[in-house]
Amino acid sequence: MSNTNKKYWKGLPQLKNDPEYVKHADKEFVDLGVQEDNGHSRRDFLKMMGFSVAAASLAACEAPIRKAIPYINKPLDADPGIPNYYASTYLNGGDYCSIVVKVRDGRPIKVEGNNLSKVTLGGTSAQVEASVLSLYDNYRLRGPRIAEKASDWETVDKEIIAKLNEIAGKGGQIRIVSNTVLSPSTKAAIDKFKAKYSTTRHIQYDAVSNYGILKANQESFGTAMIPSYDFSQAKVIVSIGADFLGTWLSPIEFSKQFATNRQLTEEHREMSRLYSFESNLSLTGANADYRSMIKPSQEGLVVAQLYNILSGNGESSIDGIAHLEKAAAELKSNQGKALVVCGSNDKSVQIVVNAINNLLGSYGTTILPGTPVNFRQGNDEEMAALVADAQGGKVDGIIFYNCNPVYDHPKGADLEKSLKSVALTISTSSTPDETASAVAYMTPDHHYLESWNDAEPKANSFSLSQPAITPLFKTRQAQESFLVWAGEANTDYFEFVREYWRNRFYSPASGMDFQTFWDKCLYDGVLDLANAPASYTFSGNVEAALASIASTAKASNSGLELVIYESCGLGNGSQANNPLLQELPDPITKATWDHYITISLKDATELGIENDAEGRTQLVNLTANGKTISVAALVQPGQAPGTVGVAVGYGRTKVGRVGENIGANAYPLVSVGETLNYSITSGVTVEKTNESFQIAQTQIHQTYMGRHSVIQESVLSEYQKDPLAGREFPKITDWDKKVDPGALSLWKGHEYKNHYWGMAIDLNTCTGCGACVVACNVENNVALVGKQEVINRREMHWLRIDRYYSSDADVEDYKGMEQASENPEVVFQPMLCQHCNNAPCETVCPVAATTHSTEGLNQMTYNRCIGTRYCANNCPYKVRRFNWFKYHDNQQFYTSNPAMNTDLGRMVLNPDVTVRSRGVMEKCSFCVQRIQVGKLNAKKERRTLQDGEVVTACQAACTTGAIVFGDMNNPESRISKLLKIESDPERPYSIDKKIGNPRAYRVLEEIGVKPNIFYLTKIRNKDKAKENA
Amino acid sequence: MKKRLPVPVTFLTLLVLTLTFHHLSFAQTIPTDPAVISAGEALFNGNCKSCHRVKQKLVGPALAGVETRVPSIEWIYGWVRNPAKVIASGDAYAVKIYEEYNKSQMTAFTSYTDEQILSILAYVKAEAEKPDAPAPGTTTTAEGGGQAGVPAGYLNAILIGMIVILVLLLIILTLIINALKKYLDQKDLAEEDKELVHSKYTLGSVFRSPGFVFLIVFLVASITFKNVIDGLYSIGVQQNYQPKQPIAFSHKIHAGQYEIECNYCHTGALKGKQANIPSANICMNCHTQIQQGTNTGTGEIAKIYAAIGYDPTTGSYTGKQKPIEWVRIHNLPDLAYFNHAQHANVGGIQCQTCHGPIQEMEVVKQYSLLTMGWCIDCHRKTDVNTKGNAYYDKLLELHNSKKAMKVEDIGGLECAKCHY
Repeated sequence: MSNTNKKYWKGLPQLKNDPEYVKHADKEFVDLGVQEDNGHSRRDFLKMMGFSVAAASLAACEAPIRKAIPYINKPLDADPGIPNYYASTYLNGGDYCSIVVKVRDGRPIKVEGNNLSKVTLGGTSAQVEASVLSLYDNYRLRGPRIAEKASDWETVDKEIIAKLNEIAGKGGQIRIVSNTVLSPSTKAAIDKFKAKYSTTRHIQYDAVSNYGILKANQESFGTAMIPSYDFSQAKVIVSIGADFLGTWLSPIEFSKQFATNRQLTEEHREMSRLYSFESNLSLTGANADYRSMIKPSQEGLVVAQLYNILSGNGESSIDGIAHLEKAAAELKSNQGKALVVCGSNDKSVQIVVNAINNLLGSYGTTILPGTPVNFRQGNDEEMAALVADAQGGKVDGIIFYNCNPVYDHPKGADLEKSLKSVALTISTSSTPDETASAVAYMTPDHHYLESWNDAEPKANSFSLSQPAITPLFKTRQAQESFLVWAGEANTDYFEFVREYWRNRFYSPASGMDFQTFWDKCLYDGVLDLANAPASYTFSGNVEAALASIASTAKASNSGLELVIYESCGLGNGSQANNPLLQELPDPITKATWDHYITISLKDATELGIENDAEGRTQLVNLTANGKTISVAALVQPGQAPGTVGVAVGYGRTKVGRVGENIGANAYPLVSVGETLNYSITSGVTVEKTNESFQIAQTQIHQTYMGRHSVIQESVLSEYQKDPLAGREFPKITDWDKKVDPGALSLWKGHEYKNHYWGMAIDLNTCTGCGACVVACNVENNVALVGKQEVINRREMHWLRIDRYYSSDADVEDYKGMEQASENPEVVFQPMLCQHCNNAPCETVCPVAATTHSTEGLNQMTYNRCIGTRYCANNCPYKVRRFNWFKYHDNQQFYTSNPAMNTDLGRMVLNPDVTVRSRGVMEKCSFCVQRIQVGKLNAKKERRTLQDGEVVTACQAACTTGAIVFGDMNNPESRISKLLKIESDPERPYSIDKKIGNPRAYRVLEEIGVKPNIFYLTKIRNKDKAKENA
Repeated sequence: MKKRLPVPVTFLTLLVLTLTFHHLSFAQTIPTDPAVISAGEALFNGNCKSCHRVKQKLVGPALAGVETRVPSIEWIYGWVRNPAKVIASGDAYAVKIYEEYNKSQMTAFTSYTDEQILSILAYVKAEAEKPDAPAPGTTTTAEGGGQAGVPAGYLNAILIGMIVILVLLLIILTLIINALKKYLDQKDLAEEDKELVHSKYTLGSVFRSPGFVFLIVFLVASITFKNVIDGLYSIGVQQNYQPKQPIAFSHKIHAGQYEIECNYCHTGALKGKQANIPSANICMNCHTQIQQGTNTGTGEIAKIYAAIGYDPTTGSYTGKQKPIEWVRIHNLPDLAYFNHAQHANVGGIQCQTCHGPIQEMEVVKQYSLLTMGWCIDCHRKTDVNTKGNAYYDKLLELHNSKKAMKVEDIGGLECAKCHY
């Protein structure tokens, strides 16, 4: 960045030039003094060698007998070796995603977004991508249990029905407790149960609650609902603590909408502007154009101040918040194209937010209250009342329907204790989790990929779930259990859903018979009905709300404050046993497998907490709400001084071998009031202990050795003037003049006559969420190595997302640098094999195991590789991964890598991709298996390959469409159009394409390796480049 | 009995429909249009051939002259679509046939149109009028090298001839030496020259000569080396692997004698990665009728019934199923990706090219080496099947060589074509 003079850094050790960091920075394989097994001598080696030769010859004499067992009665549409795709729905509490499941030989092996959905719009998230592995979780219950002992459904049903009747007979109270239920059919099934046992009440709660919004809207509009938001209509977005790109309400949908206004072209040089006011550095804050750090105690006041400015009431509730006035002014000038969202769960704050949006004319444009969403229906008051009732012995029966309040409710411990005295306790959880272990009857539900179901994520948007595999275990759909217990004659839930749809959605007037209608709905996975727009008028009491805020909020609070958040990868902890999510580096901290508090450098220094380059830190005792947990401390740039952040979702005690006992449970720290409060503003202490702890962070692995043209960025105003803004054009020296790096080459260059595969990654729309990383892992059977091996810098991810912090300060301006590191700008850059045309790895391989294809791919041939690792050492992008161990069929990696170490887990492996063995190198293949399938399909149909037929796993997973892959020889392909590739009639198949898009650049262009991956410059919507973030 | 029509059949049906549309006016006489005949041939091969031949009695009667035997052509329409109904109606001819063939009933082809049935009849008629062809099987020898240009008998004769000449030469040379020795003895020679003439070439001196020792050592070392190398290369190569299968299924009978299309049973060969070992329900398409095998009587067919849970005495399914555990013959290592559709469908390669004369095998064995060298060799030699495939148009256009475009020329030797 010679032209912007920005300094980029991956973490504090790099910024501070920590000696240990510097020592390892230029090494591909760092010697961390890892103790290997050195107990073998040369003699042992020879013995082993002799033995293996003998074994090999013996093995050669007698071939192992392998069986091939065909179907007895082959279903018509199932052909071994050919995948089928089924539309279905991912449901996890209130989290929703319409998906397409890839089923190979009867086993779901991959989940992708459903493009037909108008809610999730074909997007996915890391959690959705990872959920396919949860299906094959060894911890799942194999069948029903009574008091921890295996039983059968007949006995269980008999006992439960007897007890229910007994309770009903004496007029006892029955409760069904669940997370948000999105499925209308499930609610109908529960209604059947309620009809039979009239004292039953259904209580919904959410681990991370948005009850405050429901309450606020009840008061503002008369209906307790959460409206739809449309970020694509907003020119100015202000987020006050709402991580709408990461975790808030419907992040997949919001990311998609947000990205539509972040795509820049020469023709369309406009983009939205995002202001973020928050304490933790969230994904949304990292993507914000202007980010201001506030304390949680100030949150309400910021909202109030925004209202004061916009309404012009002349009052002032808080001063000195950076960018607040500017944000208010811009909101005002963008009436009808503005949107304010707030993550607070406080009713009063949300009422003021509603008032602001009302002033801005957002209702009907960026907020659609006529189309309410159902993602969060949890009622904090009812849930708190339930715990109190259970403690008071007022409840006789509780059914926990796929929820885990003992773990994920602040009063979970109280609930657990009180359950012993409840006459009938049932859990339908599919694993013996914390709640299920505390109840008498475990009646496990199917995994969602084994279930029939439906969902109504939004008013008038419906979707269907269909089983993609026969149930693996003797589990039973929970809805069916409800119907059985209700004594229904017909308990088949499939029939139930079908009848529900027939009665509710099918109209014979459509001219379709019902079977056709049903088949179409199943095929599409979604059904959208016409929306009758309802009009809402804001009638909230702003004065009262402002007064309430004024009474609780503090403009300046000297004490430490705590923000409890949901992490992007692990979420609320329900998938904590999924190693894909545990090993996914957090988008911001880049920590894997670990739980920590995020703390600002200033506070850490005061407390004497130090993080070193290898993630070594100290454990701290975090006390809030009268509870203390012990977790590690991670110094996080961008954390508001005076605050600490801690994630929920960790500290599971009964979740399975992968996720057990990682960190501590932060739910008990949440304070319980009218609504659950995730911001603790008083009574928070952090006490340093002398116990050291190492966090497995990937952020400083694989650095660039001081090369700087990796990130190229600018601001919108510059881009509008010159689309080449931010671009850097390195030159190399010929004997007489400076020339472009591509102009001089030792190599003749390739000619790709058929296809020329390339990829473009838009740094502007990449939010850094990590869905692509998980998708890549699942598609390509990438091994998960576990915490210790990540610490040893041996993670295997083919695709990583580099997160850079940047500061505008000059390298000499130490003070400026320190300031920037407090609240840095963030850039995310997905980094994968660049498929260089002049690939440095290819020339150094002594056995030609990595070679170039005639389609532009850099191919890696595992069976040829002898593991010299020369290629990795010679890779300028640090994207090659070495198999230090045999990660499959190795009990040592059972915990981290069940997909390759248990019979159950192995079912998820992609049969088209080799499972690599110890001692070979691997890397991104551009999903060559998908390229080959696409080509074969075209050839079978005797036609040319069309654009869009070959989609890489990362591209398919990318919700915002930041990754575009395709054939650069095809002038009609999306990538050709995006990069504006100009055809050269002289050399139409040459690698030296003329790229017309001024934003497109190749990373490290100066070294002349000519990658086939292009990045589009990051353009921030800032007024000036040098402006404090 | 249920009979599933494979997808190609439905496709062919459509094809036939379009082809025969303009022949509707000739519906009642058997057409002689070559297009109709070829359409009929396709239908016949796809559906009828497993039970019928034109001139040979198989499961069902030989079809030659069927149009003259039966009451009317309309009768054939009804019979093909629903033989059970015709029999039940008490039709004399139908009952006669039914009794004659041990009460085994023909599969109903309910979807067949008059035109389609007529096209099959057209084919049957055309075939029946052809003179007898040589026995099947001789024309389908496997492709591949290894066949010498000169017959083996000649080679032996030449070799023997040469040996005889060599022996004669040896005898003549010995005679000449002896004659020369005698001649020299008669002369008065110096002592040294005498020694030279009578010098003793004993066997021992030959064995001890350094040249001989070197030669022997060299030969032994070379042979050992070659054997070791060959031995190492053959590790994991299972050519001619011919395991005993749980059911003594004979390809010779099914594919050879009855000429059932490979794809009829191996349904995946043209569609995807695996050719698929047929599921038992495919066996049952024929074996509900054919309850006795040519070689093995009822014993082997009973194993199918046991697997699928069929009771031949009652003709019903019991629901007790047990999968057939075939022994896998062709085992490619996991690191190699092979796709049948690419080769059999796109490439148009005959099954026999890799699997050998499968139609002559009683028990299937691995015919080819299945080594990488064997794959590569074929990719070097084989022309790309570009005919009628738009995918290859551009590549063909850019192929600037007078030689045909080989698989090798379009990246067929690249690692990531098979290894990923």
